[in-house]
Amino acid sequence: MAAWRDGMVPFAAALLGWQVLVWIIAVPPFILPGPNLVAIALWENRFVLAENAAVTAVEVIAGLALGAAIGAATALNLMMSATARRYLLPVLVFNQAVPIFALAPVLTLWFGYGIASKVIVTVLIVYFPVTWTFYDGLRRTDPGLVDLARTMGASANRILWRLRVPAALPAFGSGLKLAAIYAPVGAIFGEWVGASKGLGYLMLLSNGRAKTDLMFAAILILALFAVCLHAGVSAFARRLDAYATGTQVRPAGRRDAQGSG
Amino acid sequence: MSGPPGIAIRGRFAFQGGQDLSVERLEIPAGQWTCLLGPSGVGKSTILRELAALETGADFDGRVETTDGAPLAGRIAFMGQSDLLAPWLDVRGNVSLGAQLRGETVDIARRDALIDRVGLKAHAGKHPPALSGGMRQRAALARTLMEDRPVALLDEPFSALDARTRAEMQELAFQTLERRTVVVVTHDPAEAARLAHRIYLVAESGLTSLPVPPAAPIRAAEDPATLSAQAELLSTLRRAA
Repeated sequence: MAAWRDGMVPFAAALLGWQVLVWIIAVPPFILPGPNLVAIALWENRFVLAENAAVTAVEVIAGLALGAAIGAATALNLMMSATARRYLLPVLVFNQAVPIFALAPVLTLWFGYGIASKVIVTVLIVYFPVTWTFYDGLRRTDPGLVDLARTMGASANRILWRLRVPAALPAFGSGLKLAAIYAPVGAIFGEWVGASKGLGYLMLLSNGRAKTDLMFAAILILALFAVCLHAGVSAFARRLDAYATGTQVRPAGRRDAQGSG
Repeated sequence: MSGPPGIAIRGRFAFQGGQDLSVERLEIPAGQWTCLLGPSGVGKSTILRELAALETGADFDGRVETTDGAPLAGRIAFMGQSDLLAPWLDVRGNVSLGAQLRGETVDIARRDALIDRVGLKAHAGKHPPALSGGMRQRAALARTLMEDRPVALLDEPFSALDARTRAEMQELAFQTLERRTVVVVTHDPAEAARLAHRIYLVAESGLTSLPVPPAAPIRAAEDPATLSAQAELLSTLRRAA
């Protein structure tokens, strides 16, 4: 909880600075509304915001889950098959080299204005960090342990599932944490390109109608959602880590207190 | 287990760096402890890994023979310098790792008896981070014993332990691995003087068989004969460098 408290300090300071700025420069509210106006817009449009936030949340979570699953499957394949390494690794780099933002309009053209195109944009963004970190973890499994397993007569498959996968769970968790940061960006961008629902759609709409206070309210909700998502995924990653290292889950921020020894 | 095999190895290891190690003839007697003594980096572990059919990083041109003519594959248990315990498994899980990796059912009674024998009964449910270095190496020993192979290859198994724990572990390992063919790689003359039926000095020039104290191992660490053998080994080791 200390992390939350610490996080609130700069947040409160930013709010205060924002309000003071609005008072001093006295810009019209459609250019920069103060936090008080945003709060009012937030309350008055709570149902609209909630409805659109739910759509975005579904897109983000579905994209994250699907992207993580496909990424994990790819990493396992890369680990097990030299053919996969030969043909899949270049594709992976290609996937990362092509800006997803450039693909988004085409995806909307192919998959429509509904949820599907946003989920796919999110999957494409999430896929790389999950694949790469998990594959790296699988590869870096203690070679001594793998040697030991070979002298014990273990098959490559059992070495993968019983040793490499558990040993790579912390790396997988890191990939998920990165993915959780990128995922909302993917969904929002998908909505910007073409949507009829979602927080990204609402931002564009309110911006076009000079309802800047509502746009800020939507950004606030999105930020809040992203923070919660990251916190949830981090907690999950900590559990993976604790399992793989055979240690208890310790409170966040106290992790370095335990020496190895 | 129809009696452990003796092993003979002869050949040349060519390392990637350009130097090589030639093994004129290394004889590992059946059911006894053979120590490969030498400085770090000379290729002791390479010989051991070749016996274990593991990647050595060197080209081996030569032969490994057994007294019973059967290949070594599937008959060796390996124990390394670090305990190599899987942190996500408790002591029980680690001791029965081999069976799990082969997809066999675990002989639970035997597993628990071995955990008891290495003195970890009270810690059987603990994960490696909760164990001391000595306990972890005991767990590794129990895992080696669980494999029940006639040949045990030990790569500096006790070098990371403090002196007292090391002495205890040497005794425990010697008792529990009795009547197996054991090869120990070590850089510690004291360890060789205590444990070995046969000692080979591994140096860049090759392998030399060294005299062992007259008493049968395991020898008391404080016995004057053991101590003088240890001193003798140390000076041989230093001359070879």
